Amino acid sequence: MAAQPDVARPTGAPRLLDAGDGALTIEFGSAISAALVAAVAALEQALDAARARGQLAGVVETVPTFRSLTVLYDPLRTSRAVLDPQLLALLGQAPVQQARLPRRWRLPVCYDSGFGADLADVASATGLPPDEVVRLHAGTTFTVYMLGFMPGFPFMGDLPAVLAMPRRTAPRVRVPAGSVAITGQLSAIYPWESPGGWQLLGRCPVPLFQAAAARPVLLAPGDQVSFAPVTARHHAELDTALRAGELLPDSFQLPP
Amino acid sequence: MTARLEISAPGALCTVQDLGRHGWRRFGVPRAGALDSGLLRMANRLAGNAEAAPALEFFLAGPRLLALDGPVRLAFAGHFTLTLHRGGERTVLPSWRSLTLQPGDAVQVGQPSSGRVGYVAATGLVVAPVLGSASTYTRARLGGVGGRALAAGDRLEVAAVAASSTAAPAERVLRQPPPAAGDAPIRVVAGPQDDHFDAAAMALFLGASYRVSAEADRMGLRLDGPALQHRPDKGAEIVSDATLPGSVQVPGNGLPIVLLADGQTAGGYPKIATVASADLARLACAAVGSTLRFARVTVAEAEALARAHEAGITSHLAAIEPLTLVDGIDTAALYASNLISAMVNAVAPPG
Repeated sequence: MAAQPDVARPTGAPRLLDAGDGALTIEFGSAISAALVAAVAALEQALDAARARGQLAGVVETVPTFRSLTVLYDPLRTSRAVLDPQLLALLGQAPVQQARLPRRWRLPVCYDSGFGADLADVASATGLPPDEVVRLHAGTTFTVYMLGFMPGFPFMGDLPAVLAMPRRTAPRVRVPAGSVAITGQLSAIYPWESPGGWQLLGRCPVPLFQAAAARPVLLAPGDQVSFAPVTARHHAELDTALRAGELLPDSFQLPP
Repeated sequence: MTARLEISAPGALCTVQDLGRHGWRRFGVPRAGALDSGLLRMANRLAGNAEAAPALEFFLAGPRLLALDGPVRLAFAGHFTLTLHRGGERTVLPSWRSLTLQPGDAVQVGQPSSGRVGYVAATGLVVAPVLGSASTYTRARLGGVGGRALAAGDRLEVAAVAASSTAAPAERVLRQPPPAAGDAPIRVVAGPQDDHFDAAAMALFLGASYRVSAEADRMGLRLDGPALQHRPDKGAEIVSDATLPGSVQVPGNGLPIVLLADGQTAGGYPKIATVASADLARLACAAVGSTLRFARVTVAEAEALARAHEAGITSHLAAIEPLTLVDGIDTAALYASNLISAMVNAVAPPG
């Protein structure tokens, strides 16, 4: 659902926005940028640490996005009058940035026309040969900015500017699960079949969300992802092995 | 000992729900869970279950349910009637009570007369939790039975209640149920993107009457009514941020969409307001075609409404009491339901 941003505000002046009687949103800006994602992550870390110390009773969960942290609370256990001063105090602290090395992934993608239904359209719109579109997409190291829209759906950036495309004017009713897609400065992988308006470039066989797994969600905000082009035949082999459990999704993680 | 509850006919969008999946929104997993959690808790309390146990939620047309292998106690919350099929006899009963089916008994759950949602709890219903909840989220096939709406022939495992045929089962009733949803305004808190709308658009949103369109499911409700204009300098799209059950999104066409339990966790439309939690169930269960108005409250007022709403639910839960029975059937309710002729045979001892 990311659209072209309105005028980006500078960071440093976060706003507390009302979101009913069970949540508030702490907004750092209005653009898609690594700096805002980092500010959101820093606040969430500070908030998690405070909760671990037994503070912020009544906070239920937090939802980080490109540019904001939404804090859900139980209005039967706390209130904004109690929470706001504590959250403002956390915002006032210098963020303790953990020097966590990002996890790195190299995920297989088949860019054949049977899977990349919009590859030809993207090539003609950008004036690039299809092979060059694939080379640019696969050669980019993306950062996972946020998860949302549906379980495990990663919003990743940034796509090279030359590949920036609007959404399709007529969204598809069914985008197949595993579809690798782009719009604007973002790329994503659809974990589930769903309606969708992004431009489809290929198909990734690695499941992004498995409820029964010990760690149900493959990618996390901050992870770095690049893509390895594979043939349709190799894609089919990987798909079979992954479905059979002979190959684990974690095997596509690169050493740190 | 266990028994089974067969779904003979699922009715409309009958799913297993509980109080929802918490802590997974950051991964894109919505809460799911009962659209009216108060009713789910009452159904469970009537059944003698923990309030947060899984139960069946249905829309408009209720399911037809059959007891297999042993007695199955069901309990019903919502404004609808039920028809018990025992032997060759039909008995119509009101909801807001428990009812023990003997093996071979069936019950047809009727259509809610108020709103569009009702609940059926089953004593000792067993549904495996997924990510901490049994709630069905069909879009990602999580929870419930195979992550989907119930279908004819599905059989759910339940704890069999006292097997003795002579001892009267301990049924429960809520004699003064919550009133049918009225047409009081739906309270909202402005924001988080109310700054995308000028004073005139906000006044229109709060002053106009909106109709629940046919596009209404567990994900959300699209409303028909006056289109709300976005401020030209702000526009109709934002960089995605978190959405919640109760978020009132306004897309480019200006017609509000209220997100519900299965609604997506992030979205790119400005949200003019958020429905107060105390009024969200009433809105979520509003019938297609019904009209509603919004009224603005402050965050502190909405928090106070949440506490008052919970106190109301708690008082209804506390008012649930044992039901005096003849052969498992509440005679007072039967007389009230004006079906004496059906009752005469129903309470007669079997030949």
